[in-house]
Amino acid sequence: MSAILKICDLRVAVDGKPILKGVNLEIRQGEIHALMGPNGCGKSTLAYVVAGHPKYEITGGSIELDGINVLELDPCQRARLGIFLAFQYPVTIPGVKVSDFLRHAVSNVRNPDRKEGEGLIPMKDFRKELKDRMSEIDIDSEFARRYLNDGFSGGEKKRMEILQLSLLRPRFAILDETDSGLDSDAVRAVSEGINKLHGPHMGVLIITHHERLLEFNKPSFTHVMLAGKIVETGDASLAHDLHANGYAAVRERHPTEAAEQEAVTVKA
Amino acid sequence: MSTDVAVQEREDQDVGVGDYQFGFHDSTDNYVFKSRRGLDREIVYQISELKKEPKWMRDFRISSLETFFEKPMPHWGGDLEEIDFQNIFYYMKAAANLEKSWEDVPDDIRKTYDRLGIPEAEKKYLAGVKAQYESEVIYGSLQEDLEKQGVIFTDTDSALRDHPDLFREYFGKIIPANDNKFAALNSAVWSGGSFIYVPPGVKIDFPLQAYFRINSENMGQFERTLIIVDEGASAHYVEGCTAPTYSSDSLHSAVVEIVVKRGGRFRYTTIQNWSNNVFNLVTKRAMAYGDSLMEWVDGNLGSKLTMKYPAIYLMEPGARGETLSIAFANNGQHQDAGAKMVHCAPNTSSRVVSKSISKGSGRASYRGLVKVEKGATNCKSNVVCDALILDSKSRSDTYPYIEAEDDQISIEHEASVSKIGEEQLFYLMSRGMTEAEASAMIVTGFIEPLVKELPMEYAVEMNRLIELQMEGSVG
Ligand SMILES: Nc1ncnc2c1ncn2[C@@H]1O[C@H](COP(=O)(O)OP(=O)(O)O)[C@@H](O)[C@H]1O
Ligand SMILES: [Mg+2]
Repeated sequence: MSAILKICDLRVAVDGKPILKGVNLEIRQGEIHALMGPNGCGKSTLAYVVAGHPKYEITGGSIELDGINVLELDPCQRARLGIFLAFQYPVTIPGVKVSDFLRHAVSNVRNPDRKEGEGLIPMKDFRKELKDRMSEIDIDSEFARRYLNDGFSGGEKKRMEILQLSLLRPRFAILDETDSGLDSDAVRAVSEGINKLHGPHMGVLIITHHERLLEFNKPSFTHVMLAGKIVETGDASLAHDLHANGYAAVRERHPTEAAEQEAVTVKA
Repeated sequence: MSTDVAVQEREDQDVGVGDYQFGFHDSTDNYVFKSRRGLDREIVYQISELKKEPKWMRDFRISSLETFFEKPMPHWGGDLEEIDFQNIFYYMKAAANLEKSWEDVPDDIRKTYDRLGIPEAEKKYLAGVKAQYESEVIYGSLQEDLEKQGVIFTDTDSALRDHPDLFREYFGKIIPANDNKFAALNSAVWSGGSFIYVPPGVKIDFPLQAYFRINSENMGQFERTLIIVDEGASAHYVEGCTAPTYSSDSLHSAVVEIVVKRGGRFRYTTIQNWSNNVFNLVTKRAMAYGDSLMEWVDGNLGSKLTMKYPAIYLMEPGARGETLSIAFANNGQHQDAGAKMVHCAPNTSSRVVSKSISKGSGRASYRGLVKVEKGATNCKSNVVCDALILDSKSRSDTYPYIEAEDDQISIEHEASVSKIGEEQLFYLMSRGMTEAEASAMIVTGFIEPLVKELPMEYAVEMNRLIELQMEGSVG
């Protein structure tokens, strides 16, 4: 039976300011969902909260993975449970080699009971796997020896996120604007990467402003967020329509949320 | 304690050469010789006599002792009030087989050795259970090779005996006994340490390591190291070990003197990790002559207080000096470390890179001096200090001093203090790392630019050690 990631009436605040105001979303393993919405509506906030960023205050609602209360877990436990976030802005860790980082990550996620200091997955197998995955998404093998995201271009950072996704093989992945700032070749590489990975075992939430990623990875559901709420859900054609015609029609259909969103965006 | 009292004591007690009865033999402790506690002329005479030293060395020791008594305690750096000089054993020589029982070594230290996977024989050596690391078998052939090239690599006591002229020419010349109170103390009671002489043009391409010495004395409280790298020669010496060096003695005060002659290259790497009851007060100085390169790579972990500022005197044009240092101050520890660069000649350059980490109630200070003497035009110096603070209780300070008597120079100093970033922690944790593992990884990355300068096995141990230091610290 496929697992379900279930987000119910999720309410989140930052510094006392409400950002998410009752989000409902259910993703099954094997499904692709698209999440769209204007800048500042709360998409990244949702992604961070699912991954467990400590800065966000949960003021209501729940997140469950197959009945397990995800909100009680720290980010490390969530990762080991099979949740993955491809960051909109990947973080630089100076002095830490990509290969060391990945070997630790893979060891932990594949052996969820591993304690710090315990053995890592064998170097030889890992090297080979890493090399294969890197060539699949067109990353020069020289990157394995570089420091994590240090001096990487925007596109290189995004590919690095996809590399992690392909090594960690989560049950649920959220891709936060993984296609932004990429040229079309890079988007194709990323899309193909996702395509290969996606299958009956991975549920995906793709946060995007563009259509290209969705062309390769056709969503079964498209959600539109406005002012911290999912105001509409449709199929792939909704994504196409939003991309072609913008959010004006959505705003017209949801004037209250549109006004709230306007207020926040203007203030920011 | 005044010198008069010491003299008095000497007169009261009549001790002859080789008189082991007087406080030196303690069968219950497995020591062949062990001085009584305390420090006076008597003790210093005995040390010198037991070692059958020439008169000049005995006189040197005695006058150093007087200097030690005269010099006031330094009132900067760390808190030295706690040291009770009269409650310390200044000299002991372990019986060849067993110094103390393995069972006497504290549990946490033994566990750490296990975690680091230190071989059994080395563990015992490190813990002070064995007086000597049995490495002759492994290193014997290397030693032979070196001897063929005229390299001398031995312990300092043997060097005084076997190479008296060479020894006397340099000993105490780079760091005179009156340089500071602790240099004076070491000069009075020194024992053990390494002596290296590399003849002109000889290039040694593997690191010389302290434990590869033959006939070495136990790593002493008051080690004295003297290294001469002759013209155009090059060598790398590695001292210490990343495993905690257990010592029941609370005071360690070493002196390291180095001369790098014209066109020579020398690197001195130290990794020290004393148990946290130890005061580690070390004077290290190198003199670098024309177009030579001297490098200190210095890693300090553990101890209660470490005060150590490796110095390089750039004596002639073209000399270069470089110091890379890492300090990790954990709970209850104070690392007061840094570097001293003295530009005595024009066209000399120096670089200091210092990284410190403080954790819990740990305190790390960088204390550095760049000095440019009059006429030393066209000198360059670059100092970069980065401190990483792991929590709100830990502390970091920077004390950079610059004294320049010439103005045609370029001196740059950069310092930064940072905390472990929440975003970095979150990023790593979201990839399955525990908080401790993520912190350790960030710390490891922070010191990586220096760790990659270490010989491979030291780098690996250093990283494992950082992981151990980070464990159990969070959550
Ligand atoms: N860490 C934060 N601190 C303060 N405000 C935040 C933080 N994260 C998000 N916000 C605010 O929450 C709103 C939603 O932001 P975000 O989730 O990044 O939107 P999106 O990803 O949809 O562009 C914005 O108004 C933003 O300013
Ligand atoms: Mg965003």
